[in-house]
Amino acid sequence: MKARVLIRPKQGVLDPQGQAVERALPALGFGGASHVRIGRLVELEVDDPSQVPAMCEKLLANPLVEEYEVEVLGDGPVNGSPA
Amino acid sequence: MKFGVVRFPGSCDEVDALLACRRFGDAELLWHTDRDLHGAQAVVIPGGFSYGDYLRAGAIARFSPVMAAVAEFAAGGGPVLGICNGFQVLCEARLLPGALLPNASLRFSCRQVRLVVENTETAFTRACARGDLLSIPAKHQSGRFHAPREELDRLEAEGRVALRYAPGENPNGSERDIAGIVNDEGNVMGLMPHPEHAVDALTGSTDGGKLFESLAALEPLAA
Repeated sequence: MKARVLIRPKQGVLDPQGQAVERALPALGFGGASHVRIGRLVELEVDDPSQVPAMCEKLLANPLVEEYEVEVLGDGPVNGSPA
Repeated sequence: MKFGVVRFPGSCDEVDALLACRRFGDAELLWHTDRDLHGAQAVVIPGGFSYGDYLRAGAIARFSPVMAAVAEFAAGGGPVLGICNGFQVLCEARLLPGALLPNASLRFSCRQVRLVVENTETAFTRACARGDLLSIPAKHQSGRFHAPREELDRLEAEGRVALRYAPGENPNGSERDIAGIVNDEGNVMGLMPHPEHAVDALTGSTDGGKLFESLAALEPLAA
């Protein structure tokens, strides 16, 4: 089973990467973009998707400063790997 | 006092830490796969990039076999000092509260900083006088100490902010200029600056030696 975990800084936690990108966008002609937050994406194949939240709590995310969303994508190849 | 200095794949300050410890006691290196601490009476988790700092700094190292032994040692009251990456590892292991986030500047910062000793009663700062300024180098990319406000208030109220960056010298954006904290019981400390690099006049300061001196003066726990 494919699953995808989106991890991002919690609201209220300073995200200097997001701020740097937000400052860079107008310089490239992209106005009107705000609240940029940068996180990471973990894709994985798991036998039991119900275990993914526990994986997030223990390893994939730091729940103190990050929030995560788990998306179960069903069967099939993980993006980018050969079908 | 016998110190054990943990070495992970990717550690880089373990030899300086070992030499700093040896100025005040016996010391030996512990390997990340060790399941016991070889009789160490104080443990130092040194700086570096344990396991490449993959995922988050300290996130993988905390699950190494030696860390299980360190956690058990700490739970029994044994003194544990985490420096830089060691601080990150101890936070990830929940032996210390909070987290170390990327520097607000997004830059790797390497500079001599002055630290105000806020609490001289801890096992790690007893050789200092209150208000002492310690000149110690700090070098890291993810050293911004963060904790929820209530946790910060609690740390302050309980005197667990042992070391604070001197005004204007916070290199990373740490909340309340926090440079080093101790746990509830006072036997685990983490700090971002590197006392092990400040033990010889040749490199400009011997102030870092105060921390190792404090530890060396402790009464070792009964085995």
